[in-house]
Amino acid sequence: MMATTKSQRRPQEIPTKAARDSDEGHEEIAMGVGVIKVPFVEADSTISKRWKDYGGQLLTSFTPRRELVMSATIIESPSLPPTSSSSPPPVRFHALRAHSLSLSLSLDLIVCLVAEKIGLFHFVVSLDSGFCVASDLLSGYDFQSFAFFLHVKEKVHWLSLLWLDHLVIMESCNCIEPQWPADELLMKYQYISDFFIALAYFSIPLELIYFVKKSAVFPYRWVLVQFGAFIVLCGATHLINLWTFTMHTRTVAIVMTTAKVLTAAVSCVTALMLVHIIPDLLSVKTRELFLKNKAAELDREMGLIRTQEETGRHVRMLTHEIRSTLDRHTILKTTLVELGRTLALEECALWMPMRTGLELRLSYTLRQPNPVGYTVPIHLPDINRAFNNNCPVKISPNSPVARLRPHGGKYAYGDVVAVRVPLLHLSNFQINDWPELSTKRYALMVLMLPADSARQWHVHELELVQVVADQVAVALSHAAILEESMRARDLLIEQNVALDLARREAETAIRARNDFLAVMNHEMRTPMHAIIALSSLLQETELTPEQRLMVETILKSSNLLATLINDVLDLSRLEDGSLQLEKGTFNLHSVFREVLNLIKPVASVKKLTVTLNIASDLSVYAVGDEKRLMQTILNVSGNAVKFSKEGTISMSAFVVKSESLREYRTAEFFPLPSDNHFYLCVQVKDTGAGISPQDIPKIFTKFTQTQPLATRNSGGSGLGLAICKRFVNLMDGHIWIESEGLGKGCTASFIVKLGFPDRPNESKLHFVPKVQANHVQTNFTGLKVLVMDENGVSRSVTKGLLVHLGCDVTTVSSSDECLRVVSQEHKVVFMDVFTDGYEFASHIRERFGKRHERPLVVALTGNTDKSTTENCIRFGLDGVILKPVSIDKMRNVLSELLEHRFLFEAM
Amino acid sequence: MDAISQWRKQWFDYIQYLRQEKGFLDDQFVQLKKLQDENSPDFVVEVISLFFQDSEKLLNNMANSFEQEVVDFKQIDAHVHQFKGSSASIGAMRIKNVCVTFKNYCEAQNMDGCLRCLQQLQQECSVLKNKLEKLLNLERQILAAGGSIPVLE
Repeated sequence: MMATTKSQRRPQEIPTKAARDSDEGHEEIAMGVGVIKVPFVEADSTISKRWKDYGGQLLTSFTPRRELVMSATIIESPSLPPTSSSSPPPVRFHALRAHSLSLSLSLDLIVCLVAEKIGLFHFVVSLDSGFCVASDLLSGYDFQSFAFFLHVKEKVHWLSLLWLDHLVIMESCNCIEPQWPADELLMKYQYISDFFIALAYFSIPLELIYFVKKSAVFPYRWVLVQFGAFIVLCGATHLINLWTFTMHTRTVAIVMTTAKVLTAAVSCVTALMLVHIIPDLLSVKTRELFLKNKAAELDREMGLIRTQEETGRHVRMLTHEIRSTLDRHTILKTTLVELGRTLALEECALWMPMRTGLELRLSYTLRQPNPVGYTVPIHLPDINRAFNNNCPVKISPNSPVARLRPHGGKYAYGDVVAVRVPLLHLSNFQINDWPELSTKRYALMVLMLPADSARQWHVHELELVQVVADQVAVALSHAAILEESMRARDLLIEQNVALDLARREAETAIRARNDFLAVMNHEMRTPMHAIIALSSLLQETELTPEQRLMVETILKSSNLLATLINDVLDLSRLEDGSLQLEKGTFNLHSVFREVLNLIKPVASVKKLTVTLNIASDLSVYAVGDEKRLMQTILNVSGNAVKFSKEGTISMSAFVVKSESLREYRTAEFFPLPSDNHFYLCVQVKDTGAGISPQDIPKIFTKFTQTQPLATRNSGGSGLGLAICKRFVNLMDGHIWIESEGLGKGCTASFIVKLGFPDRPNESKLHFVPKVQANHVQTNFTGLKVLVMDENGVSRSVTKGLLVHLGCDVTTVSSSDECLRVVSQEHKVVFMDVFTDGYEFASHIRERFGKRHERPLVVALTGNTDKSTTENCIRFGLDGVILKPVSIDKMRNVLSELLEHRFLFEAM
Repeated sequence: MDAISQWRKQWFDYIQYLRQEKGFLDDQFVQLKKLQDENSPDFVVEVISLFFQDSEKLLNNMANSFEQEVVDFKQIDAHVHQFKGSSASIGAMRIKNVCVTFKNYCEAQNMDGCLRCLQQLQQECSVLKNKLEKLLNLERQILAAGGSIPVLE
């Protein structure tokens, strides 16, 4: 049937170009409504080309000259009326190619597929007899391909080309026909494929080699080499395969076999090698994992370090905050706030010790601004533990110091630590009146982590807490010092104000007293003078012995009173510092002589022997306050006379050698030797009443009466020694009294600092007539002067000189005459000392008691030897003038004498 | 007037001659001249005449002393001392110098030296007397003519 319709029938529709192109090669099958168009294969070489067109795919090989017929039966669906018979007529279609056994299975599949696609109710494919033959023919081919085209009713359904591959029974050549030529197309495709496989097989090892070469770190070079060899060998087999498509020789077969054997060997080795490598590769993986873990750990540590750095920064900031103030409250408040913030604390509290030392009081907290009434006993175990430990210690959250807020009981407590804060300089705190129970005091700082959080105290947090506690301690001590100093300053200011007030009051009092003294002094002096003067006059009159005694007593008492008045004034001036030394050059020897003359009368009345011993090296002249020095000597020696009933009073004066100055040193007296000064020591020793040793310190104080008995008898020492002490102090000196005891006499000594007279060279000794020319007094009109000179010419000349200067001159030629004439009115007596001048000077001094009331006795001499001057000084003359005397010189001399009351011209 | 100024010049030259060239007088004499003022117009003359009276007396005394059997040098020394004082007072420099030498001889009890000095003193005194008289005459002449004595420095 296929053969008859093959050439006549045309497809109703030509679905594809291929269909049109292959008119002759198509057979139309029209049964009922459906037409199945089945291409068939003609027994020529063009068929492979057509198949290519239809399927777009190439069969690798097609065996030409084989005519295969396949018949197929299509059973129409029931909805379609059968065309020829009542039973569904079988649709047959022609197979283009006969298949082997396995082909039938493929066909079944095709049938099922087709039926599904076109919605046929029933589809039956049956194979005609030719199939079997064909199957036989097909043996030995690698691939078979079929394509079916179906065309049902009006529509033509083209099924895509179906490919069915199935393995060809690889029978050897000698099964039926060993030299059976292979299908040429398939052979060709196989040939090409093998070539490309070989090409690929060869190129892959090259790439592998390249990889091995470039990758220095890859560990499994050998494996790759083996792998490469395996691939090369596989490629070789495929390459050798090229020769097996055609008739091949035995050599080829041997080569092929060898190649295959090698391939097998190498592949097995490779497989084994791979088995060996796998654990290694797996271990590489493990190592990688390990490294990854390590890196993660490092990351974590890094994070930790960062956190610690952050904490450190916080500590610094915190420290800065704490240190930025010196106010104690601010420090503590800041500490708590900053700690709370830095460590994210639930609560932070500071317990300060109470002044009793037995309890701690809650002073500051983070959340409660003004905690009051919280106290805990100090001897709790938790507190003791914290106090005895330098580091923060964990304490129970139930501890009283931690129980600051009402606890709901809902959550667990957070971790609590306590750290001690040493209270340095505790004595400066308000709790300073603690009993001295222990040397160290601490405050307690309690820190709580938030409740119901799993947070624990970290080591670095605890360290931070400790550092902060130390810082707080330091800051507190600073603040305490500041507070203390502020307090001290306030106190000092108060004291200063009080002292100032007291000083002002005292000054006012002193001024008032001084005013009073000055007024009283003046007011008392005037009547006192009258009393003294009139009693003196009374003494000159005729009196009965009783009256004379009375007058003498009056005179004595009034003299004492006058001295006392002077003393009081002196003392008041001494005390307010207004008394100043009147320094000048004076005759030191004559001071002693004068004192001696003054005390001699009393001493002789009391039958006391008075001796004066002036050291030979004592300078005749000295610079100092003559009046005060004399007052001091007089007072000391006067006391000696006063307190002695019998025996001797020995006065001695000497210069303290600079090398022995040290012996006189006391707490208040530091004599220092110098070229311009010397220290005069005066000692007055008596055999009088003496002083008991315990009274010695009091003797120099005002109005002290150490010897009531002696006082009663002698009128008391009064202010004398107190004033002496002040005078001596003013003269940079020191006064002291030594006594063996009552009734054993005593020795009063004092040292004063005196200057050497200014004498740049010896020739100008003491004479300063030409200095102070502008101060020289030029008018001596009415000045009463007495001139005593045996030499008439000299007398006349001297008189002429003095008259020329305006003086009222009286001349005498002998000392007897002079003594007759001289009176208190004469201010100066010029005398030639050659004969009996020295004696005359003594007479004058004896006649006029006080120095200021007697005439100045000045030697006028032509003798230029030193002895003259020394004699003059020794005999207490007030000056020496060398002849010749000019008018100017005389003027200067007079001026100088009246001003300074002494003048010694250099020889 | 010419005469007066001439006399004045003469006086001045003479006194300079006495002072500087011969050393008869020293500054003390100038001081004496200064002391002579309205209140004591004859001061210098009085003092000089006093001096010559004194010196005459002293010279006689000394001469007598040397004629004694036992020469009292101490006594002579006292006289010389006085002579020296007087001469110094009027500024008779040469006499004063002789006195100083004289005193030394007295202390040494050198009779020859003392006698020589005594003679010298006598001679000097008479010379000085002549010179001063001449000077004083000149002064008187000037004053009489209505002039004034020049002031010495």
